[in-house]
Amino acid sequence: MSAHSPLAVEATGLVKSFGETRAVDGVDLAVGRGSIYGVLGPNGAGKTTTIRMLATLIRPDAGSARIFGHDIVEEADAVRGAVSLTGQLASVDEDLTGRENLILLGRLLGFKRPAAKERAAELLEAFGLLEAAGRLVKHYSGGMRRRLDIAASIVVTPDLMFLDEPTTGLDPRSRNQVWEIIRALVAEGTTILLCTQYLEEADQLADGIAVIDRGKVIAEGTPGQLKASVGSGALHVRLLDPEQRLVAEQVLGRELGGVTLGADPAALSASCSAADRAAEAVAELTRAGVRVADFSLGQPSLDEVFLALTGHTADEVSTEQGDPIHEEQAA
Amino acid sequence: MNTNAATQAAPTPTADPAAVRKAISSRPRPSRPSALSAALTFGWRGMLKVKHVPEQLLDVTITPVMFVLMFTYLFGGAIAGSTGEYLDYILPGILVMSVLFTTVYSGIALNTDLTKGVVDRFRSLPIWRPSPLVGSLLGDSVRYLVAGTVIILLGLLLGYRPGAGPGGVLAALALVVVFAFGLSWVFTTLGLLLRTPNAVMNAGFMGIFPLTFLSNVFVDPATLPAGLEAFVDVNPISILATASRGLMEGNADGGDIAIVLTVAAVLTAVFAPLTTRLYRRA
Ligand SMILES: Nc1ncnc2c1ncn2[C@@H]1O[C@H](COP(=O)(O)OP(=O)(O)OP(=O)(O)O)[C@@H](O)[C@H]1O
Ligand SMILES: [Mg+2]
Repeated sequence: MSAHSPLAVEATGLVKSFGETRAVDGVDLAVGRGSIYGVLGPNGAGKTTTIRMLATLIRPDAGSARIFGHDIVEEADAVRGAVSLTGQLASVDEDLTGRENLILLGRLLGFKRPAAKERAAELLEAFGLLEAAGRLVKHYSGGMRRRLDIAASIVVTPDLMFLDEPTTGLDPRSRNQVWEIIRALVAEGTTILLCTQYLEEADQLADGIAVIDRGKVIAEGTPGQLKASVGSGALHVRLLDPEQRLVAEQVLGRELGGVTLGADPAALSASCSAADRAAEAVAELTRAGVRVADFSLGQPSLDEVFLALTGHTADEVSTEQGDPIHEEQAA
Repeated sequence: MNTNAATQAAPTPTADPAAVRKAISSRPRPSRPSALSAALTFGWRGMLKVKHVPEQLLDVTITPVMFVLMFTYLFGGAIAGSTGEYLDYILPGILVMSVLFTTVYSGIALNTDLTKGVVDRFRSLPIWRPSPLVGSLLGDSVRYLVAGTVIILLGLLLGYRPGAGPGGVLAALALVVVFAFGLSWVFTTLGLLLRTPNAVMNAGFMGIFPLTFLSNVFVDPATLPAGLEAFVDVNPISILATASRGLMEGNADGGDIAIVLTVAAVLTAVFAPLTTRLYRRA
């Protein structure tokens, strides 16, 4: 087999259903060696299911995929030798200490006991976990747990690493640390497939992005291309008085366009490419008598990406068509 | 100890990207572990869990200890005429019961494990596929030994004097543990079929409880109604209890031992592959 494929991941037409739910519905992916590839999608889009197929944990119902040229079904063992998985649920053993977790994995990967201990110590030190090494993982903070999780994934440096929402639930500082670690991994030649719900994260890290929705890839490209198709930024405004949202919507629609209403009844955003345009728009709101609690300029949120790409927002996504809750919200 | 200084002043430690890069770039590539080594490593994992949460052993020892005390002193006089005689009868039986109850926990532990992300990591490693299962059952066997030992020590304390001496006791313990190993595959299968640890516990004890009470663990089947007696006589738990009594007293029947080992082998042959297959797909 062509173990020297230039692609780290090559998937065609992957399908996986759970009962009635088509979790993954014909996904194609091509990830070059040494890159970070982002898979961006809302809850239930099929990100985790895709990763689990690629990591040989579940078999696809249809379609095929190769990891460094090895078929994920026919050559599962070769695939397992090349990848490691940092799952959405922390893939570490909560009932063991951090050190024991790393030694356990070292042993399972074939290190002799002294070498496994040495590798564990090296990783604990590098990931800032030496102090917590003897504590049970269930007492770790979210950030520490994530770091340990990633450390566990590189006990033997993988050629391809799957990271499933590595920063969901982390504070900004912990998130930045995880990003630093991911960059370090790529600098050393590991390919990374990163699932995320944050456009910002994909933008910060990824060389290429696939946006998936209801099990299908709905857009693909570099972060730049994607943002260009969405509008490069957004003005987010929160009002003191939700009653005024209608007026605010009209003003922002006139000034900027592309208004989306947030789930918060006092919040709305509008697409906006330049800071001075945003400042004018906020001034215009004040002139119209709308009282603004706060505002910020940011990258388009996943909602906005989805609105631009699909015409519906992410939280309208429902796995079952004709879901009554969905209907109610639409009404 | 300067824990004070550490908790007060030290800034929260963070990852050091340079050190991370260094750790990554060293790229060690050990060769894969053997099936045995992987299974033993998982056995070690089981031991560590016992070490960190020794209370889990209490669960499986306190109940049998209570049974020994309760049955011996409460019912001993009524059932066997004297507490001493009844202790001789019931102790090997309680040994069987206490170890077999522990096997249910193998299924519960497996089910609990599956809800955690760590199993996905294990399953994405290039190791012998059933090694997590075999390993945790090996680890569990140590728990069976502990549970069994507690009962035997309690018995000795209460005046039980096995006729066959320490050798007989060890042989009985070994037989019970081997049978438990076979039976535990039934509960790991259950652990993979049912949704929650609680469901496994309920279903497990719903099976093992009546089977234990409808055996000769507590009463001589000759005193039972005929239909019931017939069932009790063929119940493998009765045969195991009889064989254990025999081994401890030095008058074991080879046929009983053979039946026990055969049942254990059949349970393993049927349920181990089933467990492995379910585990692969879980
Ligand atoms: N084991 C399973 N059994 C039944 N349905 C499942 C299973 N795993 C996933 N699904 C369903 O498949 C769909 C896709 O789920 P998946 O976990 O892949 O989404 P995701 O993109 O990772 O979402 P999230 O951002 O919430 O992690 C969902 O509707 C989910 O309910
Ligand atoms: Mg997911």
